[in-house]
This record gives sequence, structure tokens and C-alpha cells, in this order.
Amino acid sequence: MPDKKRALVRLLQAGLLVVFVGAWEIASRLGWLDPFFFSQPSAFGVRALRWLTEPGFLLGGRSIYHHLLVTMEEMSGGFILGVLLGVAVGFMLGRSHFWSAVFNPYIQVLNALPRLVLAPIFVLLLGIDQRSKIALAFSLVFFIVFFNAYRGVRDVDRHIVDNARMLGASKAQLARHVLLPSAMTWILSSLHTSVGFALVGAVVGEYLAAAQGIGWVISQAQGNFDAAGVYAGMLILCVVVVIVEFGVTWLERRLIRWKEINEPLVA
Amino acid sequence: MADISLDSVGLNFGPYRALHNLSFEVPQGQFVALVGPTGCGKSSVLHLVAGLLKPSAGAVYIGGRALDAINRDAVYMFQQDALLPWKTSIENVMLGPILRGTPKAQAARDAQSWLERVGLRGLSERYPSQLSGGQRKRVAMAQALINRLPILLMDESFSALDVQTRALMEDKLLELWQELGATVLFVTHDLEEAIAMADRVLLFTAGPGAGLKGDYPVSLPRPRNVAEARFIPGFAGIYETVWRHLKAEVMATYAR
Repeated sequence: MPDKKRALVRLLQAGLLVVFVGAWEIASRLGWLDPFFFSQPSAFGVRALRWLTEPGFLLGGRSIYHHLLVTMEEMSGGFILGVLLGVAVGFMLGRSHFWSAVFNPYIQVLNALPRLVLAPIFVLLLGIDQRSKIALAFSLVFFIVFFNAYRGVRDVDRHIVDNARMLGASKAQLARHVLLPSAMTWILSSLHTSVGFALVGAVVGEYLAAAQGIGWVISQAQGNFDAAGVYAGMLILCVVVVIVEFGVTWLERRLIRWKEINEPLVA
Repeated sequence: MADISLDSVGLNFGPYRALHNLSFEVPQGQFVALVGPTGCGKSSVLHLVAGLLKPSAGAVYIGGRALDAINRDAVYMFQQDALLPWKTSIENVMLGPILRGTPKAQAARDAQSWLERVGLRGLSERYPSQLSGGQRKRVAMAQALINRLPILLMDESFSALDVQTRALMEDKLLELWQELGATVLFVTHDLEEAIAMADRVLLFTAGPGAGLKGDYPVSLPRPRNVAEARFIPGFAGIYETVWRHLKAEVMATYAR
């Protein structure tokens, strides 16, 4: 895109934000939107800022940074476990038609199950501390990464495999030079989706049963009919997601320079 | 020893009988063109000689030994793009030597010189997606020939190229073939290309159960220029003979 057009896009993006937030603020001030439900950008913006800057502003006796750290830990724990296992299992089943046929119906069932209903079980099983949230985030991430890794291994071009075999590739060399790089595009593009789901798992888990974390902060605010607190929590989560998303894009650009990025498969 | 011999080979895909009772021999260093109507199993013959397919009946012998796994003496240039998209040109060309245990530095030097021979100096760091169709074919040619294997299998390798690029690639291939002395099986649907390049043309009957319809020696002098070969006396005679038989098979295909 030429620079002029790019600048215009950025300008319009910023403009949309200003119009949206401005309309929200004006509507709530004029009484078109009930601040009890919808709060006001100025109110929750100030709240978020106070959380972040006033050392004395504690939530459940801890600073907002503590809660943010807790949520990030749960998110990254579930994310990393889900990615590692998803890639490993996806790769193994992708390589073996026999075992993928054996496991296929069970994977379909587990995937069709709305995994958020597992949350209460994880709480019963693992308690209300961080482990149950990591488990929930894991269960969401695993399937997305698994399906993409599986698809990546399966989708590799027959002719590329034959070509590498004719050039002398052993099974291990085939995995390293052909199957892994092919799966990598799919896996990396799935990370955008799965990192978001890891956060969903952590926050929903906290929302249901926890004593700390951003999800807990939002749930407390809701319990006190404090709409500004709910929106301030959401605002902080939005900022986190944007930062993490930049990180994933950066990683993707570095690891697959050779191609345009595949559209991710969402499980 | 790298002569190729097919002994009453049959090939079935489930109930479909692709090849039936096919026998022919190719001496070392010969350039053989395989022509025939579409769907006659020419590509299957290459897959059999490559060891990517196993015959349902009969056997394929390479240098007198029955083939029962991937043919380690052969490289295969596919009709489709088969370069590894995640490797640069030079990494693609290096792949064969690396897989066969050549030290990296030496493989890189060798690959660089092959890229230059196929006219791709300066493009070694490009990925396949950054190259034109003709350039990708050149990389594929270097990737195949760098291994200096005694058998080269080519499946309509140039059919997707424009006429001028194709003529250049054909001449380049003939030049490198004469230098390497490889045995070549070259599948094509273009009879003119077949006669201009080959020592011998094998004509296949229409499938199912395809076999050999004819075996025509091409005794035109070498070195040849592919674009001008048709003006060599004798070319027209061979063309006419093969075309008459090929036409009958093509009509048979459409009659079904």
C-alpha cells in the first residue's frame, strides 16, 4: 500500500474510535444510555487509570498488577501446554492413518463438546486456584492447535513428499525438511486464535470461581453493580490482547518468511 | 549399470487395470520419450521406475536387479511444482546432496554452480513464490541434475511453460544430458518435442490395460537444437509414422 493510503487508513481507524467512544460518552451524559448498565467511557477510563497508577487502590487487598499477573500466568500456562501437546498429538496422528482412524470419533466428540462446561469439573477436580484455569485454557487451546497441526501434516503436497523421497530423504529427514515446515504454517496461523482462547479460558475460569485475577475483578464489580469496574476490567483485557497479538504476528513473520499466511482453521 | 527393464508389468488401481503386460528395455544413456493418449498410464510407468508405485504383476529391473523400494539411482522432475516452498532456490538445489550426506559447505558450492548453469545467478536467496514459472522449473532441473544420478525421470516437466521458455529449457536439458550421460524417460503429450529430443519414442495404447503400441527409433544427428529439429531431413517421416498410430489411439480414447 502506498504511504498516502496507509496514512488514510490509520486516520480513519483512529477516527472510528473517537466517534464510537465520543458517541457513547455523549449518549450516556444525555441519558440515552443508562450509565447503570453501560457506564461511561470517562468513568471506566478513569477507573482503569486509577487502578494502574494509584498504589493505594487495592482490589481484594492486592494491586491490579497482581491480578493481571495471575491472569497472564494462567493464560500462558494453558497456552504453552496446549500448543506443545496439540502439536505433538496432531503430528503423530497426522503421520498415522491407522491411529487417526482409531481416535477420530473421540476427537470429534471432544471437539463438539462446548468445553466451557468443563470449567465446573476442573474447579471440583483442581480447586479454585490457578490450576483449574490453566486446565480450562489448555482444553480450549489444545484442540485448535491439534487440528491445525494435523491438517498441516496431512495437507502437505504429495508431489513435494515424493520429490523429497526421490532426492533421498529418510523418514526422519522427511519429517524435518517437509512435514514440520508444512505443518508450521498452519500451527502458527492457529496461534492467533488459540492465544485469544487461552485468555477466554483463564478469565472465564476466574469469573466462575477464584479469589484473584482479572476475571475475579470483573465478577466482583458485577456483584457490586459497578458497571465502571466491569468495563475497566474489559478495557485492560483488550489492551493485553492487542499486545499479545502483536507478539504472535512478530513470531509468525520471523518463522514463515517464505509465504503469505494461511487462513487459520478455527475448531 | 543403469539400464531399465520392465518385464510383463501390470498395474491395477483397485479394480481399474491401468497397465497390462508391458515390457520394454532401455539401455544406459538413452533418451526415451513416452507418448500416448491422456490416461494411458505414461506417468504410472515413471512412478514404477521411480519405485513410488509397485507393479501388480511382473517386475521392474534396474541394472539387472529387481526394484522393491524407492529407486536410489533415479531423480524425478514432476509435472507440478515440487520445490519445497519453505526453502530458497539454493537450499532446494542443495537438498539432494544434503539428504545423501554431503557436507553443507560443499553442497552449497555445488548448488551455486548448478544455479549458474541453469541461468539463475543472483536468484539463489529467492523463495519459489518469488520466482516465475520458468525460473522454478530451472531450479527443479538443477535440484534434479546436481545429484548426477544415472536415471532422470521427467513427467511433462515443461508443459506448463510458454513456448519460448520451453524451447530454452529443452535445449538446456539436452546440453546437460549429453554432459551427464544419464538415461532419460521423458513423458510428453507433444510429439514434436518427443522426436526433437529423444533417441527413441515409445507409443502407448489407450487405457485401460495400456501397453506398447509402437517403438520408433529417432536416428537424427546430435547435437540438436529443439526448435530447429523439425527442419532436419527425416524428422517429418518419423513424425508422420508416429502421428498416424497415435491418432488411432487418441480416436480410440474418445470412442469410449
